[in-house]
Amino acid sequence: MKIEILGTGCSKCKQLTVNAEAAVKELNLSAEIVKISDLDKIISYGVMTTPALAVNGTVVSSGKLLNKDEIKKILVK
Amino acid sequence: MDIFKPVQSFADFVTYGCFHILPRSYWGDTINFFIYDTIKIGLLLIVINYAMAIIRYYFPMEKVRDLLAQRRWFGLDYLLAALLGIITPFCSCSSIPLFIGFLGAGIPLGVTFAFLICSPLVNESSLYLFPAMFGMKVTILYNVIGVIVSVLGGMLIQKLHAEKYVKTELLNVKSRAQVESEHEGVSLSFGQKASFFWKEGMGITRQIFPYMVLGVGVGAFIHGFVPKNFVEQYFSAKTWWSIPLVTLLGAPFYANSVSVIPVMEAMVGKGVPLGTALTFMTSIVTISIPEALILKKVMKWELLALFFGITLIGIMLMGYILNAIF
Repeated sequence: MKIEILGTGCSKCKQLTVNAEAAVKELNLSAEIVKISDLDKIISYGVMTTPALAVNGTVVSSGKLLNKDEIKKILVK
Repeated sequence: MDIFKPVQSFADFVTYGCFHILPRSYWGDTINFFIYDTIKIGLLLIVINYAMAIIRYYFPMEKVRDLLAQRRWFGLDYLLAALLGIITPFCSCSSIPLFIGFLGAGIPLGVTFAFLICSPLVNESSLYLFPAMFGMKVTILYNVIGVIVSVLGGMLIQKLHAEKYVKTELLNVKSRAQVESEHEGVSLSFGQKASFFWKEGMGITRQIFPYMVLGVGVGAFIHGFVPKNFVEQYFSAKTWWSIPLVTLLGAPFYANSVSVIPVMEAMVGKGVPLGTALTFMTSIVTISIPEALILKKVMKWELLALFFGITLIGIMLMGYILNAIF
């Protein structure tokens, strides 16, 4: 499972990464968490509001700082 | 009828009754202001953010983009863009993805700018906090001028064919399938919606709260400790240069509009003219160095200068008009 956090580096994106790491840990998943701050890549996802979260290449949330539980719900689906 | 009278009474009670601080003393005024404003703005914030959560649910960015791209509004798209900019907040880190997203969808540069200029200028604070702080007349005037500045600014940028100043390499990036609006296909019951809005609203309130308290702290300090003569000497003389001065003073910095309002309140209380204070606040909220650095990645400096220049001139204009009227 590949989890990507899309963001240009403001505190929200960092917090989203922390929350994602916590969610993955609690669910005991083997997932790779990647932080994408390169603008070209972020735009290529079609995302308009950061921070955004992508799982296995699909954007599942954009413009929201999800907390750990909300991320868990998404990962379990 | 001042609905915040009970809050003022409570603040008075705690400051003078519980802490036994003398009224009209430095600390008395400061603490009183602090308690009163923290509670008042806090309550307003909770209500406002609940309303904003509702709006954001029905108007996610993807829908805004589609709305602006799909119809030819016979020239009214500038106005629509400005109005949508009012109701849709976004963090300035999103400026670029948003900018590219709009342009990529075929929305004209000028219309995109009407949105970009209006968004920080007119927002839920200037619409809903202002009436409680400064009265309806100021609120209406400020917001109307804000929209006009955004629309005219957008049109000007379009007329100047400023597209040539956009770093077009970024526009050519192939984007994956349009990001679907998050809530499509999921239907929530009324009760679920109500609690969803509450959680979303409180989430934002909680995020803003520390900054708001900081702003109230600064405002309280000004209210309690800054002598009126100091203010009268330098700012309340409605000298022509005080407006450009505060505009340029506030430009490099950024603070959340909610945090700056108590500072403004205190300034106005000390005799700073309303227009000057509003100019200062608007400049802080709309323009900042971090924002410039971010936008520089996607705009050549000519366009950035145009954008900031128009915004600054609009802000100063607003200040002069308000000072002339009030």
